[in-house]
Amino acid sequence: MGKKPSQTLSQKVWDDHVVRHGHGQPDLLYIDLHLVHEVTSPQAFDGLRLGSRRVRRPDLTIATEDHNIPTANIDRPIADPVSLTQVNTLRSNCAEFGIRLFSMGQRNNGIVHVIGPELGLTQPGMTVVCGDSHTSTHGAFGALAFGIGTSEVEHVLATQTLPQPPQETMSITITGELPAGSTAKDVVLAVLGEVGTGGGIGAIAEFRGPVIEALSMEGRMTVCNMAIEFGAKAGLIAPDATTFDYLRDRPHAPSGPEWDAAVEAWSRLRTDDDAVFDREVVIDGSTITPHVTWGTNPGQVIRLGDTIPGPDDFDDPAEKDAAARALEYMGFAAGTPINDIAVDTVFIGSCTNSRIEDLRAAAAVAVGRRVADGVRTLVVPGSGLVKEQAEREGLHDVFVAAGFDWREPGCSMCLAMNPDKLAVGERAASTSNRNFEGRQGRGGRTHLVSPAVAAATAIAGHFATPEDLA
Amino acid sequence: MRAVRIVQGTAVPLDRSDVDTDQIIPSDWLKRVERTGFEKGLFSEWRDEPSFVLNREEYAGANILLAGPNFGTGSSREHAVWAIQQYGFEAVISSRFGPIFKNNATKNGLVPVEVGADIAQRLLEAVATDPSIELTIDVQRRTLEVPALGVDTTFPLDESVVERFLEGLDDIGITLRSADAIDDFESRRPAWLPSTPAG
Repeated sequence: MGKKPSQTLSQKVWDDHVVRHGHGQPDLLYIDLHLVHEVTSPQAFDGLRLGSRRVRRPDLTIATEDHNIPTANIDRPIADPVSLTQVNTLRSNCAEFGIRLFSMGQRNNGIVHVIGPELGLTQPGMTVVCGDSHTSTHGAFGALAFGIGTSEVEHVLATQTLPQPPQETMSITITGELPAGSTAKDVVLAVLGEVGTGGGIGAIAEFRGPVIEALSMEGRMTVCNMAIEFGAKAGLIAPDATTFDYLRDRPHAPSGPEWDAAVEAWSRLRTDDDAVFDREVVIDGSTITPHVTWGTNPGQVIRLGDTIPGPDDFDDPAEKDAAARALEYMGFAAGTPINDIAVDTVFIGSCTNSRIEDLRAAAAVAVGRRVADGVRTLVVPGSGLVKEQAEREGLHDVFVAAGFDWREPGCSMCLAMNPDKLAVGERAASTSNRNFEGRQGRGGRTHLVSPAVAAATAIAGHFATPEDLA
Repeated sequence: MRAVRIVQGTAVPLDRSDVDTDQIIPSDWLKRVERTGFEKGLFSEWRDEPSFVLNREEYAGANILLAGPNFGTGSSREHAVWAIQQYGFEAVISSRFGPIFKNNATKNGLVPVEVGADIAQRLLEAVATDPSIELTIDVQRRTLEVPALGVDTTFPLDESVVERFLEGLDDIGITLRSADAIDDFESRRPAWLPSTPAG
């Protein structure tokens, strides 16, 4: 008998889910968990009705309201009639097709990529999809998780499967140890600076190495969350003791003898030692200091303390052109020190950085300090459960005493579909994932940072690390 | 989905790199529950500018969008594809697409034509000078021909996608032919996997 060929983690998870091999066609993959929210699902449910189709596995489908919902005064009806219609449409669709829904104000409600993991629904080796590009977040558990469009949402609802063409494999190794003060967000921003917004296209990326192994589950979710920002189909991390400790005793995690069987199966989910990746990137973790984006895509990133680059700093004509346009949109000149740039707004939240550990990191900076005059601040916990825990720990008192606005859960200003928006020309330090033109409100200017840098920036009134605060 | 075999016509040159799906259709437009009416939201943050290329008379009636590199990165919103199609485009040419956008395009019959960066740049410059240049995209042969420029190049598209384009096939219908295989797979799933019965 020949030796089984060596495989990467993602190939193992892929193979475990093949319903039908393609033979010149894409493989048909089984989907273990389908997450649904109000924005990318209405047209998919309409399609089911038009085709007289049912939801094949409502019990492998959960829904939440997150993108549209307000983060203040949630005891009142949603004021925006179009948002209200969309949320009500999700409610009636879930009722009609028998799907469990977590509605605004319920304690299990929250951002789709926060609630799956915290309820124990996201487990190693699973396939997870959602009509949302940041589904890559769930890869932190060693799941194969990726964002899909509305046509595919309809396909998964109807069949619990997806046809998928093969992907290349990509290894991103972070060696050494992070300097004190650097976080998971800085790691993924450094990766984006290295590979650019297109560096992962056509591949599934596995994050590896001692820096990744040392991260908490919250940190790993932050890293995997932004895999889509460099174009990767998915990002994932091999499950280990950190993963199992996080999952143990969560509501939907296995228990008793099933827990032992699961852990045994999950422990197999590692890239074989002699497996070969199609692409390999290695970054020295000891060089990763706190990062901040300066432009209008997440690959346009520098370190705190650096000066803002200009077109002359790039060789590629498209990058030169993009830099010139970014400087104009962002409203500053090349050569300006980033730490001199003042902000109007600080947003701490989003599926990238709204978990308990993110709030603790921000609160640790805020404690005993005051937000600078004129800076608007929003702290938006990722879910009702995160909010409850933060309040149990007294973090909300720290934020409120420091002058931060403590809000209800939701996607909020990450994409400004609800009332939380930047005005034209306003500048934000944001713990979210995209600094695109207009992302946080028409004409708004976004700089992506970690929760600690966001909090320090709120206190200083301009970009700063916690170490920069007097 | 409607069958697509040949796309022939003129192009609008959108000479910018990294046009993400937030720029193709801003999030305000994502609140709608309908599947139509998104053409008004296409590039809506740029459309107020009279000199924006979509507002220029010489490009009225063009059915091909000629984009810079890294087109359609970012969010999974299929609304970006709907907006481009409903505006009247049948194909998009770029040297590199955001992967979810490209996949969404193939689900709706919008042809994603990925060509070399040098060819894309040449086309952008030529069409900016002469809006009447005619392009022909042949889905079956996977070719882009621009006789006026002597361009005759191929582009990648999975065999299964080509088939679906040519036949206008419904993905779900194809998959449900494998219903027995899905039943069989389901019967072998580990017992510990989570489920959430409605309640």
